[in-house]
Amino acid sequence: MSGYRPHEQNAQATVARVVAVVLLGALAATLFRGQVLGSSEWLLRSEFNRLRSFPVPPPRGIIRDRAGRVLADNAPGYSISILASRPDSVLATLGRLREQLPMDAARVQAIEAQARANPHQPVLVSVDASFDAVAAIEERRSAFPGVLIESRPKRRYPAGLVGAHVLGLVGEVSREELEQDRFLGVQAGAVVGKAGVEAEYEALLQGKAGTRYVEVDAVGRISSFRGSPGVPAQAGSDLDLSLDLDLMEWIHRIFPEEHAGAVVVLEVETGDVLALYSAPAYDPNLFAGVLNPADWNRMSRDPASPLMNRAVMGRYPPGSTWKLASAAIALEAGVVSPLERMPVQCRGRFRYGNRTYRCWRPEGHGSLDLAGAIRHSCNVYFYQLGTRIGLRRMLEGGNRMGFGGQSGIDLPQEEAGIFPGSRQFWVDRFGYEPSEGEVLNLALGQGPNSQTPLKMAQFYLAVARDGSAPAPALRRSASTSRGWRLDISRESLEQLREGLRRVTATGGTAHMSSLEHFDLIGKTGTAQSGGDRPDHAWFTAIAGPWGGDPEVVVVVLVEFGGSGSGVAAPVAAKAADFYLRGKHGVPRDTIQTLLEHIRAGRSTAWARERPST
Amino acid sequence: MTSSWRFSWTRQLPFVATLLLLSAVGVAMIYSAGQLNIPSPVTSRLWLRQAVILGAAIVGFLAVSRISARWFEWTAMRGYVVCTVVLAVTLVLGTGSGTAAGTKSFLAIGGFQFQPAEAAKIATALALARLLAAREEPPRYLRDLLVPAAVVAAPLALVVLQPDLGTALAFVGIFFAVLFWAGTSWPLLLFAASPGLALILSFDLLVWSAYIVAVMVGLYLYRYRLYLVESLTVVLANVAAGAVALPLWNSLAEYQRNRILVFLDPALDPRGAGYQLVQSKVAVGSGGLFGKGFTDGTQKRLNFLPEQHTDFVFSVVGEEFGFVGTVLLLVLFGFLFFRMIRMAELSKSPFAGLFIFGTFGAWLTHVFVNVGMTIGLVPVTGIPLPFISYGGSFLLMSWLAAGIVTRLAGEDP
Repeated sequence: MSGYRPHEQNAQATVARVVAVVLLGALAATLFRGQVLGSSEWLLRSEFNRLRSFPVPPPRGIIRDRAGRVLADNAPGYSISILASRPDSVLATLGRLREQLPMDAARVQAIEAQARANPHQPVLVSVDASFDAVAAIEERRSAFPGVLIESRPKRRYPAGLVGAHVLGLVGEVSREELEQDRFLGVQAGAVVGKAGVEAEYEALLQGKAGTRYVEVDAVGRISSFRGSPGVPAQAGSDLDLSLDLDLMEWIHRIFPEEHAGAVVVLEVETGDVLALYSAPAYDPNLFAGVLNPADWNRMSRDPASPLMNRAVMGRYPPGSTWKLASAAIALEAGVVSPLERMPVQCRGRFRYGNRTYRCWRPEGHGSLDLAGAIRHSCNVYFYQLGTRIGLRRMLEGGNRMGFGGQSGIDLPQEEAGIFPGSRQFWVDRFGYEPSEGEVLNLALGQGPNSQTPLKMAQFYLAVARDGSAPAPALRRSASTSRGWRLDISRESLEQLREGLRRVTATGGTAHMSSLEHFDLIGKTGTAQSGGDRPDHAWFTAIAGPWGGDPEVVVVVLVEFGGSGSGVAAPVAAKAADFYLRGKHGVPRDTIQTLLEHIRAGRSTAWARERPST
Repeated sequence: MTSSWRFSWTRQLPFVATLLLLSAVGVAMIYSAGQLNIPSPVTSRLWLRQAVILGAAIVGFLAVSRISARWFEWTAMRGYVVCTVVLAVTLVLGTGSGTAAGTKSFLAIGGFQFQPAEAAKIATALALARLLAAREEPPRYLRDLLVPAAVVAAPLALVVLQPDLGTALAFVGIFFAVLFWAGTSWPLLLFAASPGLALILSFDLLVWSAYIVAVMVGLYLYRYRLYLVESLTVVLANVAAGAVALPLWNSLAEYQRNRILVFLDPALDPRGAGYQLVQSKVAVGSGGLFGKGFTDGTQKRLNFLPEQHTDFVFSVVGEEFGFVGTVLLLVLFGFLFFRMIRMAELSKSPFAGLFIFGTFGAWLTHVFVNVGMTIGLVPVTGIPLPFISYGGSFLLMSWLAAGIVTRLAGEDP
């Protein structure tokens, strides 16, 4: 080993040092770039990696009636979501979940679509899992990685059937709804109002969803619930309604079984809605979570249409209850004075042009003034009243009172009444120019005229008040609309009411429905339903303490109920009596109407002693 | 041991202390790598195994450092032959392990699994050192490199066939380090490396053509030092490398091809082959200046980091200790490398210097490629970080190599 000393090669050592420093320096420089210069971006990515945000549903506002009784509140419920890194694993988990959580194919498809659209977000599988399902999943926790069970408030309607239609229902927000402005800020999976008060006051009741973060690992298993602090949910505002739950329950009790129909009770002073009832009803608690499709199919296909709120969506020919509107139009137009008798006495028929029009009573009513005509619902009187009003004025008057429109109640799905806006209506609808004779039918509430029970209640509200009719309001004192106003004198209004009073007075058609403690006046209606089925039974009532101002308006419609006085009037009388007894501190009793007194063998002396006007 | 073979510990202490420190950091990081939010009973106890093996490795280190340098020199070729044969046997009987289940890298003896390639690295370094130390002068001609190249080629080929590209790279590192320390001139080293470059550059015909022309010009300028046959061989080797590039590329396993493609563009497949790299970069980058704290790395805790005990253990260091931690670790390695260069420099025999430097070359390759891949500087290759990554064979063999280094450096013949 002479001369060649590879271990003493200083030049090589220096080069080696330089190479080591350069290589390690390159590593350090790259680390500096990533860990110091680009750190915040990488940190963000690591947070994005591990944290999944998802909405914390806000508890909906509580809905109460006028006495503070709960109409809708929230019960503890469970929602189930799946968190996974890939849509495939969502589907795999979903497959295992289906054993515990029955789902139909459409639901599975919807979930799949959601998983594909937002691959890194939790997918809501059920907003209404039963306790049993939750317990079963918890038992086999390891078989369900990425399955998230959360408590989630679930809507509860303590009143059940009774408030179903007016309160409406809630459900998971649909994709179409999410694109609407009124659901701005609402996240997929949120529960929103779908109908009734729940939908009308959605913005108020909804509240604001919070956000929660869950830490997940690389395969989407939830590792912990810590992480960044979330944003708490803000509960929705509570809502106080003018409804009287006791009254509604009472109406539900007294409404003729096996019959469809509606009852509307309005407070005269304010126009507030005290009761809005529709039969048949359904249990809204079925809708509180994800509706069982079988229930939905059953209800939506049921020929009795239990989902329809007949009080605001059912349109019926108003029949004789509309005669009061004819009278009001005539008084406004000044074509009749209340005490005036019509030139043609009622002999059971009336000739107009070359046609004969009949009164419902073949023997006739003889000579009548306005109040008498209302009492007897005499067709011949109203035929003559109609000819005096004339078709043009009749159409103008009916439209001014809003019979061609909505009452303006704070509900999202109110049907407008059907009433011809002009003569063109006949041309468009039936293809002919109307003759002046059409006014005869209109005067009786027949012809092209269909009204909702609520719309009729609004008209009687004007009669019970000073002629003004505000929009009925469900939210307490929410009515800001001034509605419309009958342009007739106080005396004329009193004459209209006098006519109504005679209906329930001795000898009147609805005398059997008169009340012991309260002044109940009203108008029966028996409207042809078309076809062979029985007529629709109407009764429109105004009631209040004896000698005082009227306090409630009650409209009862019983589909195919037959006689207004026999079927509808007792319901209206009992509803009014129930409410007024409560209001005036009279002990409540199930024996209310005169008929009930007679049947129960109680004294009916009060019926003979009532003051006559 | 006679008095003429005095062995001095004192000069080796900084080297050994650095190794101890690195190994302790390794055990700590393997402990941390096992701390997951959803714990796995296997990985959470790996640090214990590593600690036990470390103990055994230190015992082995002490034992080896008592063996005379002459014995190593004397036994080098025999050891090399044995190791190469064992490597060949491994190809037949070998098994995979853990995440590399598809390979044939391990031999199971009794209840233990062992990676013969790790022992082969030491044996090859010893053989190369023995070969070149026997020379009277530095290699002048390419044919002087033929035998050393063949010595490295045999185990390298066997390792490539396992396949274990990472370990194969270490052999390349040893080869060039030993040749370099033996005084081989730069042009010669470049010519030796040129077929490898040709292989890489062949992806583009134009670039490759320009490269071949450059090689020929270099050969012409260097003509006085080379035989014509050698020059032709270099040219032919380059052409051949370019020609086999495509078949070779096609023969690579898909994951290997993907690793290279993804290295060039990690966004290519962020959920597939690019996943490891992206998640590792996220882990290291999110560590920031000071890191998320020991055992608190979220990427690691939530299993986003791939192979966090072994090849990607550096990512855990980066996530939990930040830039300060990674640079300190690199400084520690840098200190180790400087010590080794100095030990090679001060060694009393050519054999000692060549072996020490060869070991330095292997470890430098490991550190650069391993750390480089976790931060996207080099393609992802399955190569562990010396003294830090989990792995019994590698830790044991690294300490045994360190024992030989210590002995060779400290012995005064």
